[in-house]
Amino acid sequence: MEQRVATRVQLVRKPRTRLGKRLAPYLLVFPGGVWLLIFFLIPILFMASVSLQTGTLESGFRLTWHFGRYVEVFRQYRPQFLRSFAFGAIATGATLVIAYPLAYWIAFHGGRHKTTFLLLLLLPFFVSFVIRTLAWQFILSDQGIVLGTLKSWHVLPRSFHILATRTAVVSGIAYNFLPFMALPLYVALERVDRRVVEAAQDLYASKAKVFTKVIFPLSIPGVFAGILLTFVPAVGDYVNAAILGGTNTTMIGNIIQLEFLQNFHYPVAAALSFILMFILLLGIFAYARLLGTRSIQEYV
Amino acid sequence: MAVATRPLPVEAPPNVPTHRPRRRWGGWILPTYSGLVMFYLVLPILVMILYGFNNSGPKRVSFRWLGFSLYGYTHLFAKPDLTAALKNSLFIASVSTIIATILGMLIALALVRYRFRGRTVTDFVMFLNISAPEIVLGASLLSLFVTFGVPRGLLTIVIAHVMFNIAYVAVTVRARLAGFDRSLEEAAQDLGANPWTTFRRVTLPLIFPGVLAGALLAFALSIDDFVITNFNAGTTQTFPLWVYGAVKVGIPPQVFVMGTLIFMGGVLIAILNVLAQRRRA
Amino acid sequence: MNPYDVPELHPALLRGLTQRRISRRDFLRYTGAGIGVGSILAACGVSGTAKPASTASAVDFAKIYGNGATAGTLNFANWEDYIDVDSKGRSPTLLQFTKETGIKVNYKTVINDNDPFLAKIIPVLQAGQDTGYDLIVITNGGPVERMVRLGYLTPLDHKYLSNWETNADPKTKNPNYDPGNKYTAVWQSGFTGIAYNSKVVKTPPTSFKDLLNPAYKGRVGMFGNNQDMPCPALVSMGFDVDKATPAQWQQAADMVKKARDDGIIRSFYDQSYINALENGDTVITQAWSGDVFIASASKDFGGDGFPELKWAFPQEGAVYWHDNMCIPLHAQHPVDAITYMNYAYRPDVAAKMADFIWYVTPVPSAKDIVLNQLKDPTVGNSPLVFPTTEDLASVHPYKVFKSPEEEDKWNSVWQPVYSS
Repeated sequence: MEQRVATRVQLVRKPRTRLGKRLAPYLLVFPGGVWLLIFFLIPILFMASVSLQTGTLESGFRLTWHFGRYVEVFRQYRPQFLRSFAFGAIATGATLVIAYPLAYWIAFHGGRHKTTFLLLLLLPFFVSFVIRTLAWQFILSDQGIVLGTLKSWHVLPRSFHILATRTAVVSGIAYNFLPFMALPLYVALERVDRRVVEAAQDLYASKAKVFTKVIFPLSIPGVFAGILLTFVPAVGDYVNAAILGGTNTTMIGNIIQLEFLQNFHYPVAAALSFILMFILLLGIFAYARLLGTRSIQEYV
Repeated sequence: MAVATRPLPVEAPPNVPTHRPRRRWGGWILPTYSGLVMFYLVLPILVMILYGFNNSGPKRVSFRWLGFSLYGYTHLFAKPDLTAALKNSLFIASVSTIIATILGMLIALALVRYRFRGRTVTDFVMFLNISAPEIVLGASLLSLFVTFGVPRGLLTIVIAHVMFNIAYVAVTVRARLAGFDRSLEEAAQDLGANPWTTFRRVTLPLIFPGVLAGALLAFALSIDDFVITNFNAGTTQTFPLWVYGAVKVGIPPQVFVMGTLIFMGGVLIAILNVLAQRRRA
Repeated sequence: MNPYDVPELHPALLRGLTQRRISRRDFLRYTGAGIGVGSILAACGVSGTAKPASTASAVDFAKIYGNGATAGTLNFANWEDYIDVDSKGRSPTLLQFTKETGIKVNYKTVINDNDPFLAKIIPVLQAGQDTGYDLIVITNGGPVERMVRLGYLTPLDHKYLSNWETNADPKTKNPNYDPGNKYTAVWQSGFTGIAYNSKVVKTPPTSFKDLLNPAYKGRVGMFGNNQDMPCPALVSMGFDVDKATPAQWQQAADMVKKARDDGIIRSFYDQSYINALENGDTVITQAWSGDVFIASASKDFGGDGFPELKWAFPQEGAVYWHDNMCIPLHAQHPVDAITYMNYAYRPDVAAKMADFIWYVTPVPSAKDIVLNQLKDPTVGNSPLVFPTTEDLASVHPYKVFKSPEEEDKWNSVWQPVYSS
């Protein structure tokens, strides 16, 4: 009897909530979605459009569908492109190697203090990116604490310098993106079902085998996510090259900034950043293809 | 039984599996390594804090250690341009955090609770936003402003910051919304509350920790942001922009001091947040 | 960690994204959308900025300068170390200016190089707005010409510039980059030469080519702009800056590129080259003449206290340039700005500034004051501050571009050298 009443009450209420319920998600997503549409998605279209325009700041730019721009731009700045990929790849590899054992240790041995360690991992984010890189300039400076001391002990020649070399730039990039690699790795390793690990051990697998056959393969989605989240921004970075670099360390990000903000060659700059965007999309598709329909945002 | 069963051939088990394996690995190599990496991570922060006390005069901090001085702290606002830039950063961070938190929270609620047509697209767009290189985000927004002749300044910076923060807030809130108990909401509605009251009295307090975490993340990202701001600031200065402009010439001690104070503030808030959550749980 | 309710990428979406097969309906839908978007985008372009250069007769000075009443504020953007400074960091001549005229000066050393500074103010001027600066100092050889061509400078009413008329060096009047001084008055002039750390570089350098010496590998500095590095490079190879052909430009550029790729040049700098020299990052570098004096002057004098840093003139001839005061368009206090410009041409003021800055002052009569009243023969007799006609016989000016196309070609040869 009570159930009957309850269902009837429900039935009476349903029509109103059904409409409200159907509209609700769209209403919720609408404000943020519109903001992202206008200031994120559409600008990318505009950037594509600008990249196909021709002109100068003084005479104005007209849309000429000049697709050859992409070829010209790639040819003109090929060294910087290749260099950016190389720096990005080396930095990403370095972060993977450095971060994996750390993520492993926190996930498997962190115990009660896991949150604290994670917080320590995120600590650098509380300081501005520019200041962090600047601090590295201080650490690596020719007469600073490290090099200056070594030089006064005559371990290094007076003219030795790390700053203004490629090493400094790559090290800076690796440092700045370390948490971007460590966190997805941690999430993936955290998810590894301990029972599977125990089962492997029960089957007399050695520690090395447990790692290579069980733990590492299960963490691969995290590895890929980390690579994606590290490589793509690293390639587009320019602050490290500007603060720690010298000659022949210019990255494509520096060029984009130069062409946009100093030379006002908008089409060239837009074409360059569109190429960067395209690489990101390739990475995402490759990820989706390789790892099936597993969601990527889990690792963000 | 009289039947003699031959023992099954069993290999002699290797030395190891007790129920606490990895003692050799987890012994000392891994913790030491992890400690070193953590030290490497915080090294620049220590340098920043330390050099804020470097006695190298008011103009620029020297690379060499020249002694201890509180000049940067006592004369914190001696550089009006820098102070103005810091004020801009704080203002922009506050405004954009409020807007982005509201918008992101709404999106997170929608994504967690409903299955709707544009759901995967929304997911994808947000992932794209988070993983896209900042330079692409900044440059494309600049393309938009340039096409429509919008002058770059404080307003465009706020717009840009909200744009990249929405996705971060949404993802953070969504993570915290896991295991959110719908029955409490339904109970409230059964008792006659309309959706708005339900939201205000029931939902919001429950999701508040997640929203707060998202807001803190957005604030930190906004204060910190350089690349996107660089493209969309025009002549307006924010704290990271000012520092970057001063790098080649030499930064004054106030920069490191301000960085230290912002850092301490952030750490304090994060610790409070963790403690509050622990108490709640 | 709770598995949160995370959706998977819908298989249909993935298929659509990653496979080429599309249905006819989809094809029509997408091309329709594409045409729609394309036509919207085609209507968009970025509008140009060029305004026709106004002829002098068309200028309405009364509209700009009103009745000559000052507003009481002056926003002055300048380079660093480009004004006299006492040991407390204040400028005596600026303080005197405020005392005499009541105009408060907001002095901002925001200019490190011409191009980045122009890059900041040009978009603002393009939008028809006030840059926030009433008086700026930019160099000839590109920046001034560009601002004039874009029409972004306020014309000067010479009735407010009586000191300039009387005291300015005739050589700075009517320059080829601003005939009739419609928009500019010289602030200081200077030489681009070589600075070095005498503790490390034992023999004083004599030529631009000394900067390519492998002995200083990784510790050489050069300028990263389109005039200060190319012109000395061309001159050192014996070419004339204005008569050289693009092939010869490329030759000189290749010479610098080789040094860069061999690791001899540490970096290409803007005005911050002097900080690199002071830090010890570089031991020999291209330099602007006055900076070295301030770097080597003692701290009591207001300098940076590095007496080992010294200046050297290249034997093939230094490059000679002019920094110019000008008033950007839409400036809020043009009368205050032009009042200051006039003030700077008073011999006693010019002398005080020359005594500190050590760049070439555009007021020759200041020499007398420096020698006799300020009693400073080092400065008074210095060819860096008061060069004679003979000194100036061997200098080379910046390249003058005959057309924007030539400027583009020149930039395309030289920019890859320093922004590699």
